[in-house]
Amino acid sequence: MVLLFFMAATILVIVRLRNLFAVVMMGGIYSLMAATIFVVLDAVDVAFTEAAVGAGISTVLMLGALALTKTEEKEGGRPQVLPLLVVAVTGAALIYGTLDMPHYGDPKAPIHQHVAPTYLKDSITKTTVPNVVTAVLASYRGYDTLGEVTVIFTAGVGVMALLGAGRRRRRKDGGT
Amino acid sequence: MSHHFVIRIVAKLLIPFILLFGLYVQFHGDFGPGGGFQAGVIFASAFVLYALIYGVDKARQVLPDGVLRVGIALGVLIFGGTGVASMLLGANYLDYSPLAHDPAHGQHLGIFIVELGVGVTVASVMATLFFLFAGRGDLDPGERE
Repeated sequence: MVLLFFMAATILVIVRLRNLFAVVMMGGIYSLMAATIFVVLDAVDVAFTEAAVGAGISTVLMLGALALTKTEEKEGGRPQVLPLLVVAVTGAALIYGTLDMPHYGDPKAPIHQHVAPTYLKDSITKTTVPNVVTAVLASYRGYDTLGEVTVIFTAGVGVMALLGAGRRRRRKDGGT
Repeated sequence: MSHHFVIRIVAKLLIPFILLFGLYVQFHGDFGPGGGFQAGVIFASAFVLYALIYGVDKARQVLPDGVLRVGIALGVLIFGGTGVASMLLGANYLDYSPLAHDPAHGQHLGIFIVELGVGVTVASVMATLFFLFAGRGDLDPGERE
């Protein structure tokens, strides 16, 4: 609860800040707090990913992108009403949607009734992998993971196509 | 950056351990938290650190673009190839049971190989992204000092 409060505070600070370097740093702090929340919820694998990707690599990538642009955000015009309205309505709809959700840790929640008991009971005998998350990720949900890897592959190829891997060096030699 | 002795030496000391930790997360993902995604990012972050300290061009000599390009495709190929291999052995796509004599061990082996593929692709893509972003423009993070 305290963590969630701090996350909300971080978001408000990010909205107010004009210095993009500070914004990137606050984003990293936000990710680190999200990772802590995942640890509190006993989701160590997710927390690990969030800390490594969200707080680590993406902060560095944002800094790398920041080096190509100015560090100060441009002064905005007057406040826009329509985007605020859209955000408020969407947020209200999301909060309304969570009202029906089962309580955290409720054993009668639908998510614990479907395939999860089978995974927890059988994965150790069927795959001999003690980490259930890994067993589900790589074996039971192999197609999903293949899709995720393909997404990362596509992202890498897309950035390479856009930013021109290998072309840069030749341009530099050309004297520009 | 050549006068930042402390940073250079600490980075030099840290990088092997970061790489080792990445490998540990990769190959211990079956038993503890971790797996290909996290390991790939940690492995790439060692090269990001190297590029931050010694400059992107030096890091690109350590990890050439050709290697990264092969790595990006190789990981997906390992993953997909495992599926094709299990198909050739008479099971469904990505059903790892026939990869070893015992179906359970086959599953374990399949998970191991697939995670390796994930790790290779993630590490290559992350390093490529950083090199491409940081290598552009005059304000290279490694040469700003």
